[in-house]
Amino acid sequence: MAIKELPREEYLLPGHAACAGCGASIALRLTLKALGRKTIVVVPACCTSIIQGPWPRTAVTIPLMNIMFEAAAACAAGISAGLKARGIKDVTVIAWAGDGGTYDIGIQALSGAAERGDNILYICYNNQAYMNTGIQRSGATPFGARTTTTPVLGKREPQKNMPLIMAAHGIPYVATATPAFPMDLMRKLRKAASLEGTKYVEILSPCPPGWRFPADKTVQMGRLAVQTCAWPLWEAEWRDGRQVFRLTGPSRLIAECPELKLPVDAYLAAQGRFRGMRPEEIQAVQKQVDTWWEQLKRLAGMA
Amino acid sequence: MEELRTYRDWPIAPISKPTEGALGLTGTWRTFRPIINKDRCIKCLMCWLFCPEAAIGVGEDGGPTINYDYCKGCGICATECRYGAIEMVREEEVIA
Amino acid sequence: MALMAEKGWRSVFVTGNHAVAWAVKTARVQVVAAYPITPQTTIVEKIAEFVEKGELDAQYIRVESEHSAMTACIGAAAAGARAFTATASHGLALMHECLWWAAGARLPIVMAVVNRAMGPGWNIWTDYCDTMAQRDLGWIQVYCADNQEVFNSILQAYKLCEDHRVLLPCMVDLEAFILSHTYMPVRIPPQDEVDDWLPPYKPAWSLDPDEPITHGNLVYPAHYMEHRYLMQEAMERVRELLPKVGEDYRRRFGLTGLDFIETYKCEDAELLILTMGTMGVEARITVDKLRERGIKTGVARVRVFRPFPVEQVRQLAEGVPMVVVIDRHISYGAEGALAMETRWALYGLEERPLITSFIAGIGGRDVTWRDMERMALKAHEWMSKGEARWGIWYGVRGLEVA
Repeated sequence: MAIKELPREEYLLPGHAACAGCGASIALRLTLKALGRKTIVVVPACCTSIIQGPWPRTAVTIPLMNIMFEAAAACAAGISAGLKARGIKDVTVIAWAGDGGTYDIGIQALSGAAERGDNILYICYNNQAYMNTGIQRSGATPFGARTTTTPVLGKREPQKNMPLIMAAHGIPYVATATPAFPMDLMRKLRKAASLEGTKYVEILSPCPPGWRFPADKTVQMGRLAVQTCAWPLWEAEWRDGRQVFRLTGPSRLIAECPELKLPVDAYLAAQGRFRGMRPEEIQAVQKQVDTWWEQLKRLAGMA
Repeated sequence: MEELRTYRDWPIAPISKPTEGALGLTGTWRTFRPIINKDRCIKCLMCWLFCPEAAIGVGEDGGPTINYDYCKGCGICATECRYGAIEMVREEEVIA
Repeated sequence: MALMAEKGWRSVFVTGNHAVAWAVKTARVQVVAAYPITPQTTIVEKIAEFVEKGELDAQYIRVESEHSAMTACIGAAAAGARAFTATASHGLALMHECLWWAAGARLPIVMAVVNRAMGPGWNIWTDYCDTMAQRDLGWIQVYCADNQEVFNSILQAYKLCEDHRVLLPCMVDLEAFILSHTYMPVRIPPQDEVDDWLPPYKPAWSLDPDEPITHGNLVYPAHYMEHRYLMQEAMERVRELLPKVGEDYRRRFGLTGLDFIETYKCEDAELLILTMGTMGVEARITVDKLRERGIKTGVARVRVFRPFPVEQVRQLAEGVPMVVVIDRHISYGAEGALAMETRWALYGLEERPLITSFIAGIGGRDVTWRDMERMALKAHEWMSKGEARWGIWYGVRGLEVA
């Protein structure tokens, strides 16, 4: 689909409360454009809880249920069941949760929903820390990142590979995306919404204040994440009884032409949260990125 | 928005209605404002696509138009424009 | 009075838990969230049987924790469906945060709670500490004394809560094992008559793409109090609406309807025993025994704890010289909730009775009519000398009380 053919309707209205240059807002705007009017969204405690704006106003034009931090998946499951009980079809129920509410406190409800196959599209917009409370580390924060709870030494542990964890649940569809590649993102969301069962899409959402880069570089930062394979774009779905992994967009290109893969140095250097990392720590990040990249290529049959 | 004078004017539950400017005129946040150079703009609409604020609309001529009431001046549009058609210009006056 | 042989009526001999399940089926609940915890598990098991056999057309979500159980109910109710779950003790405690959300969202969810003690150590027997700890949140609380009352309460709860003048959730409470696992006869009205009396749920607000709203976003201090006051106002309306629903139910089905307090021989009582649950029924024996001894006793069983029946308690206690409160609950650092709230309710009376309050039956320790007789006699002894004591733990080894 060409950009000019994309729906003009805005489901996230201007004048909301997000920081200038917020990656999550771009992600939300594109997500809602992809899914359309007949969507109900559940938002647990996260940046988006505030982005909506204060009562009695909201910036979101589809039905939105705010819910407790760990409860997004369970609430979405309940809404889905309620609509089914009332015979209402053709409404997509989505959860829109941050990394904290997905990797950490929300993982139980999400895993439970996935195991049950509740008919929900769970979207994690990942800005790699508890940003809403002022940049604390989460299970999604990468190794070496400075946050307010890892202020001097940086995070000592690598992040969880949540998309792979969700793929291991065997659900119908798992994908990664980032707003820097908007058509890839929107295609994946539409694909996910067309399937029955639990679907998981994780959108890397660069955060200017949290990652410490100028607000105009948000899209660029996502691009760099993909180009260095720090955030590979892939999807996993089921065909003929087998789970099939596919690299998409630039990630696919990089797998075919490894010389296009950029070293992580430029990506780390562009963000203040990685300032102070020693050379051996940068090497450790490179090693981790490479290991996960090789694993992904193997899964996608492109090793 | 309806007037809220007594508790009886409140809705039954904390329910909010969709509106532009949910947090007010966020254009007042700006330090720099984006200016589109129509001569260079090829109307690819990448700026429209990437604006976190939905503050860029599509005009009658199919080209981007900026809603300065809400534009926060992040500069993503200018940085992403491959044709150098958007310039970030410092705000001269205080916007009331 | 409906006859057992009347067309469409069923008579079942069931545990309190199964009475709940029958009520959920009869109420045509649309979404059930299920998680096991002793001693409520047989509630959700029986409902699963109803659903899988096609006898109840409901979505049954086998959630992975009680927190998710209540959250799923919140989602379902927000989507416009009639929702139910059941829990006890730690499960209730775990969903504490969700209970706040359900009440503040004004969703008419009904939940059965099998009153069970809190750990550590693990204790599966009854006391009221679990539900009493939740009395601040805006949930209507009904405490039952037999399985028919359990069945009746669930049906009436939906009717009451779904009324747009109420729209608060309700917990229907029954004692662990004493009711949950004890068999009693329960009469079930014909389905078509219940359908007529309890129509499908019509939400006051819901998640509808044709009328999009956001629920629960940020509310500043300038606006929050009014939202919360509306909840208090709804609770106050329940004072009037609950007995009305009860009376309506009684007239329609000939079964006992909801009301705040059940009394036995209170009219001329000089000594009033005030308690809750099955203790409130067993105490009738105590009342009769004490009357044999010449002490004019009566027992009042508080059936609805939220909203607290202030007026009814005042009317009962007016002119009664002595009141004995027996709580199956303790608020550490204070005393039992029934006693504390009774004292609050009676404070404004011109002539206040002497009140002696006991804590008994914590962790499922048995409280028989003999125990209550001992408590009442001791209290009578003290109060006859003008002495009233509060928060006395009955039956603790080493504390010689009565």
